[in-house]
Amino acid sequence: MRYLPLSAHDRADMLDKIGVATIDDLFVDVPQPARRAGTVDLPTVAGEMEVEAQLQSLAAQNVSPANVPFFIGAGAYRHHIPSTVDHIIQRSEFLTSYTPYQPEIAQGTLQVLFEFQSQVARLTGMPVANASLYDGSTAAAEGVLMATRVTRRNKAVLSGGLHPHYRETVETLAHAVGIKTEACAVAVDHEADVLQHIDADTACVVVQTPNVFGTATDVRKIAEAAQAAGALLIVVVTEAMSLGLLKSPGEMGADVVAVEGQSIGVPLSYGGPYVGLFAAKEKYLRQMPGRLCGETVDADGERGFVLTLSTREQHIRRDKATSNICTNSGLCALAFSVHMSLLGETGLKRVAKINYAKAHQLKDQLVSAGFEIVTPRFFNEFTVKLPKPATPVVEAMAARGVLGGVPFARLQNEPGFENDLILAVTETVSEADMAALVIALKEAVQ
Amino acid sequence: MSMNSVGRPTAPEMTPDIDVTAASFRTLLGGRGLLQNEKLIFEKDDYSRTGVDFADVEIDASDLDGLLRGDDLGLPGLTEPEAMRHYVRLSQKNHAIDLALYPLGSCTMKHNPRLNEKMARLPGLGDIHPLQPVSTVQGALALMDTLSHWLKTLTGMPAVAITPKAGAHGELCGLLAIKAAHEAKGQGHRRTVLVPTSAHGTNPATAAFVGYQVREVAQTEDGRVDVADLAAKLGPDVAAIMVTNPNTCGLFERDIIEIARLTHAAGAYFYCDGANFNAIVGRVRPGDLGVDAMHINLHKTFSTPHGGGGPGAGPVVLSEALAPFAPKPWVVSHGSGFDLIEHDEGISAENFGRQKPFGRMCAFHGQMGMFIRALTYMLSHGADGLKQVAEDAVLNANYIKASLQDLMSVPFPDGPCMHEALFDDEWLKDTGVTTLDFAKAMIDEGFHPMTMYFPLVVHGAMLIEPTETESKDELDRFIATLRALAGAARAGEVARFKGAPYLAPAKRLDETRAARQPRLSYS
Repeated sequence: MRYLPLSAHDRADMLDKIGVATIDDLFVDVPQPARRAGTVDLPTVAGEMEVEAQLQSLAAQNVSPANVPFFIGAGAYRHHIPSTVDHIIQRSEFLTSYTPYQPEIAQGTLQVLFEFQSQVARLTGMPVANASLYDGSTAAAEGVLMATRVTRRNKAVLSGGLHPHYRETVETLAHAVGIKTEACAVAVDHEADVLQHIDADTACVVVQTPNVFGTATDVRKIAEAAQAAGALLIVVVTEAMSLGLLKSPGEMGADVVAVEGQSIGVPLSYGGPYVGLFAAKEKYLRQMPGRLCGETVDADGERGFVLTLSTREQHIRRDKATSNICTNSGLCALAFSVHMSLLGETGLKRVAKINYAKAHQLKDQLVSAGFEIVTPRFFNEFTVKLPKPATPVVEAMAARGVLGGVPFARLQNEPGFENDLILAVTETVSEADMAALVIALKEAVQ
Repeated sequence: MSMNSVGRPTAPEMTPDIDVTAASFRTLLGGRGLLQNEKLIFEKDDYSRTGVDFADVEIDASDLDGLLRGDDLGLPGLTEPEAMRHYVRLSQKNHAIDLALYPLGSCTMKHNPRLNEKMARLPGLGDIHPLQPVSTVQGALALMDTLSHWLKTLTGMPAVAITPKAGAHGELCGLLAIKAAHEAKGQGHRRTVLVPTSAHGTNPATAAFVGYQVREVAQTEDGRVDVADLAAKLGPDVAAIMVTNPNTCGLFERDIIEIARLTHAAGAYFYCDGANFNAIVGRVRPGDLGVDAMHINLHKTFSTPHGGGGPGAGPVVLSEALAPFAPKPWVVSHGSGFDLIEHDEGISAENFGRQKPFGRMCAFHGQMGMFIRALTYMLSHGADGLKQVAEDAVLNANYIKASLQDLMSVPFPDGPCMHEALFDDEWLKDTGVTTLDFAKAMIDEGFHPMTMYFPLVVHGAMLIEPTETESKDELDRFIATLRALAGAARAGEVARFKGAPYLAPAKRLDETRAARQPRLSYS
């Protein structure tokens, strides 16, 4: 067993030192009925070559986006990741280290987290950011819980453009805690309906931009209305790359921002692990969930970094903590930060513009081909209302080797939206891919 | 005892106290040989650089109206060589399991096989989208199904919810299933969760997070749950108990079957914190102990790397009673292939009629990247190898305990420990050295400190978990180091400890200042 260094001779010596005869003597506290003789019914030890073959055979049964025209988004986006990112996150000292509880020998991780927090703050236009949460959806749920702590109110208004998985994640946690949620009617453009739900019980309004249909939303009016009613505005962003082109949530008046950071540095990986970016106004700092890295000095007066404000956290406050979160998404935060550093403001703006340009190019082609686009303003994702249900259309396109978007019905069974198809276009999409999609879509709807 | 340059023990140094020449020597610019000071990426006067060659295209953004970002973001860019050097220099300021023993109790810092990393990066696994048509991801669903099968078989439990993204997220999932089960039985009035004083902080935090009252259960003098106290506190208001087994004192709960029986008799459910599953994997099935729900930290037991604080993964195995309430989505086999049940509507079919999912833990289907790594580790070991994992983890911990207990006090000396050995600070009394000081001195010797001051029920706790992937040679090196340090503490070499670490990338950091004057981003 290549991962287990003890030899039979070592084991015998060690048992001797401990003063017991057999390994079973170390398991004497296990009650008799639970002691198992032999091994469980699973395959036995396998060499590296065999395991690699098994995993490769599973991988071969999947269609990888690299090999086909690919237009799937709806909360996870396929962007190019520079090779340097993966190289750096695979360095032993980042990959195989733990949460930086001993700051003197974790300055690498800690400085990265400080830089990450700074990047997230600037990207979202907010004063403070934490050192990452699990993903965007759980970050949104944490934001709602935080808003109820801050406002001591009990209702969350969820906009009709919020990703249905995010809505369900928020509702699951909110209902368990006794927070009331009001989901606005599903809508491609949702501003008016959201405003009507705000009242004196409202702790927060959760609005996504660009929303699940791709619509870029001006949240300023919602921010004003929410804040005038004493509620917080939580802005959700599932496509972090959009922040390179669109006005930041902070600039539009957000109180809390929850972002899925996957687009920057983190591969699709069939849905996880991803990285939740969480930022807020400074006055909410002590109510924030998760890890925070802070600057300080060491005994020589040199700058250094530590995890800080841990009196909010579960290991200190136990049942009084702001959240039960222990692990964050450290390595994905590193990937995000490295990719963000490589892009810089210049690269981020450029790639954002390319996304915008390509998505609009496809939209123009589809309009020319007679399709109805329902998204009024968008970044790199938009929705086509097909003349027939989108689910079989997507299946038909997949059979032809085109992964052509996400039917809204895949996310939520909502009458009136069966024909909605959400298409995402990133910098990885070529002109030939677009041509293939238009042809496949035309044939599939006939 | 100290070491010479090739790691052999030498005679103890008789110097009365410390004289670290390197500590008093200052270089002209503050670097230390290969260890260079590294500025923040923000400390550049020009933010216009980029390490990615994208063209600057012109766009017509008129339909975005007033939504176009006008301001400068203030995000610095690094060219590729600058980025590489920045992050490599930073990396050199970290301890890591690939450098040396990382004996953090309850954290399970074991070797991270690189085969796992390679498999997670196969394009057919790492580069697939969670919303691709299920016909195009049959291999991914098969992988999730296989992982589920291994988890169920190893735990002896009939069901598993695989989406939770970390151990604490798994606790949340388990308690939500328990809450849903009680509500389905008209037992929604059960508002209390019993948690032993020695539990991980996440246990009471999770229970409180979902609105339960947390009541503590006392501990016996031998470091286990006080069954009499538990029995006295179980009642019609109790929804669940949360017990870590093996517990945070590194001990197996001898009365666990009785604990489960009492819990069930009171109409409550038994949540087991599975953070320490690596101590028993392949040898004991939690299902045989009467557990109703238990999360499994894939990053601990199944070696997915900790990455400086995550990502983790926390699938939850569930008993028959809780299985129907497992959250969406889940994978089902339909003979010729696999399907993914993502909606309540999808479960109206005959086979899934009993399912009443309590909701959804997160967007998409959980930590696939971690599933790949964990399954790779499971397949590599097999059933026999995983049993050996538990045995070697327990053997290594007991070897450390046996090798140090003449010098360092053990709060629960009777009987074996499981995969971690617990010491307290009784033996440091009157030396002027604290647990913290002792830990910091270990850094100078090249080891990451053990877990300190946890569990809270033991004064000045030092919890050492070597894991199964440490060789006897490395354990002996570690033991010799701790013995030498213990000798120094008892010999009154206080400065060695108070000023430690002397040789780390940073000296002892002022944590109070960081909390009093929070500086959380560059400005």
